[in-house]
Amino acid sequence: MTITPHGSLKKAPPLTIPPRQAARLPESDAAAGGLFEAIQRGEAFETVVHEATRGEKPVLEVSNFNLWYGEAQALHDISLVCPDGKVTALIGPSGCGKSTLLRCVNRMNDLIDSVRVSGDMTLNGESIYTAGVDVIELRKRIGMVFQKPNPFPMSIYENVVYSLRIDGERDRSVLDEVCEQSLRGAGLWDEAKDRLQSSALAMSGGQQQRLCIARAIAAEPDVLLLDEPCSALDPIATGRIEELIDELKGTYSILIVTHNMQQASRASDYTAFMYLGRLVEFGPTDEIFLQPRLKETEDYVTGRFG
Amino acid sequence: MKVKSTDRILVWSLRAASATAGSLVLLILCFLVLESVEGITRVGAGRFLNDPGWHPSQGAESEFSLVPMIAATIASTIGAILLAGPVGVLAAVFCRFYAPPKLARAFRSIVELLAGIPSVVYGFWGLVTLVPLVRELAPPGASLLAGILVLAMMIVPTVALLAFAALKNVPPGHLEGATALGLSRWTTIVKVVFPSAASGLGVAIVLGTMRAIGETMAVLMVCGNITKVPSSLFDPVRTLTANIALELGYATQEHRAVLFVSGLALMIMIVLLVFVQERLQRRARLA
Ligand SMILES: Nc1ncnc2c1ncn2[C@@H]1O[C@H](COP(=O)(O)OP(=O)(O)OP(=O)(O)O)[C@@H](O)[C@H]1O
Ligand SMILES: [Mg+2]
Repeated sequence: MTITPHGSLKKAPPLTIPPRQAARLPESDAAAGGLFEAIQRGEAFETVVHEATRGEKPVLEVSNFNLWYGEAQALHDISLVCPDGKVTALIGPSGCGKSTLLRCVNRMNDLIDSVRVSGDMTLNGESIYTAGVDVIELRKRIGMVFQKPNPFPMSIYENVVYSLRIDGERDRSVLDEVCEQSLRGAGLWDEAKDRLQSSALAMSGGQQQRLCIARAIAAEPDVLLLDEPCSALDPIATGRIEELIDELKGTYSILIVTHNMQQASRASDYTAFMYLGRLVEFGPTDEIFLQPRLKETEDYVTGRFG
Repeated sequence: MKVKSTDRILVWSLRAASATAGSLVLLILCFLVLESVEGITRVGAGRFLNDPGWHPSQGAESEFSLVPMIAATIASTIGAILLAGPVGVLAAVFCRFYAPPKLARAFRSIVELLAGIPSVVYGFWGLVTLVPLVRELAPPGASLLAGILVLAMMIVPTVALLAFAALKNVPPGHLEGATALGLSRWTTIVKVVFPSAASGLGVAIVLGTMRAIGETMAVLMVCGNITKVPSSLFDPVRTLTANIALELGYATQEHRAVLFVSGLALMIMIVLLVFVQERLQRRARLA
């Protein structure tokens, strides 16, 4: 699936809904008169949240979250609940703020001087943004995997056990154990077990990305953040990562950004559709893909958007 | 056709330019070697190390020990790099990771300016400010210590600028990965940035060292220029470079030839350092 930057939106042919689906769509007044245009004009609107999301036990709650890069607002009043042990996918056109939102969860945006935020997030009920939060501790409870694999220039073994090393773990048997478990968890054990001491940089891109996942889960985080983890990988490596996500869910709560609609529909339990810094619709993945409430969501997930 | 001919002109002028530069270096080297060979054969290589002292223009009684000058050059260079290395690297770390952007930019401009100050100005400042200060600690003031301090001042900007470039070369992915794992900024710098930038930082140190070895004017002004192996930091010393600058003007015969030998010795040190630097740079590119 290809994504067109939202700049080309105006050039898109008139959107038409096939009768079969139009009949299924409830009359949403937000959809009437072009929701995207309304958002572009900066008008307020209500996120469409499916009821099915409310019964779940949340691990991460985002409430009325706003973010500015200098003067430019990149996130507008986002409220979102990530259910415990489930996979939540963030989808939306390029530049809509998916990565920004993801990086707010472990406060990576603290590194950017111009960033200002309002609203809050909670992880297992504890606030992330109140004053006095130990950001280092917070980040240790959250694993993150980036678009581009970024193993450190050291051995495979050292990469995996890095977070433990930093915490001062010296016991070789503990480190060995964690290394094996994490590599197994990341589906890399069989390929890596005979070369644990060789450089991580000598691995293939797909292996490096799974190594990064192993590194992230070695610290047993509460939440795993994945920012387009497969976009630099070939279909086979992508398939392996998707299998991996499937195996990890239940044990871990996962928030994944993806541009790949098949991936979102295959791998996730819940899907959030974002547009220009707003959360447009949020619900169970099959509902978002098969019975979206908004015409705009439907157009996006079916690829008619661009 | 036209494009091709201008292309050819460009290629040939580039070739000519690099050939000129290359042959100049070779020419200087040949000249040094030729002039030194004469010195080595007429005086004998052993005497540069074994003679009791440096009294080069006393006819048959002349003594040609280069040991005091070599010791002074090595001691002042090592001292300077021991001071300037950490200071320069830490300044670069501050600039890259801690300073707010505006301050970092101002800081870099100042360092660039410092790197451009002529060495005679450093020497002058050392002579009127540093030397009296050192004299208060222990006379005479003009000493190895004064030389080390002035040299350190001179090479801190070089080291800092090159170290900054090395730190900037660390892939942003490593920094993000480390931050996301919950490393504090300082831990990230020590455990991820330094290992990853090690070769580049090494190059910064080596180039700083080369500047210190080759520096002449400033050390000549503050070191006291006595040709004796120093026994403490407060002893006056004379470096190889200062020795050549002071004596070549009036040196004749063997004396003159031996000065060329000392020039060759300097050149050899620099070549060794260039060799180290090349290796580091190759490693930095691979990392
Ligand atoms: N460091 C930054 N400084 C200023 N603006 C930024 C910065 N990072 C992102 N932005 C802006 O914030 C908006 C959201 O960017 P973000 O990277 O979150 O989008 P995204 O949904 O992840 O896009 P993509 O799918 O292309 O990765 C964009 O308009 C972008 O230009
Ligand atoms: Mg992104």
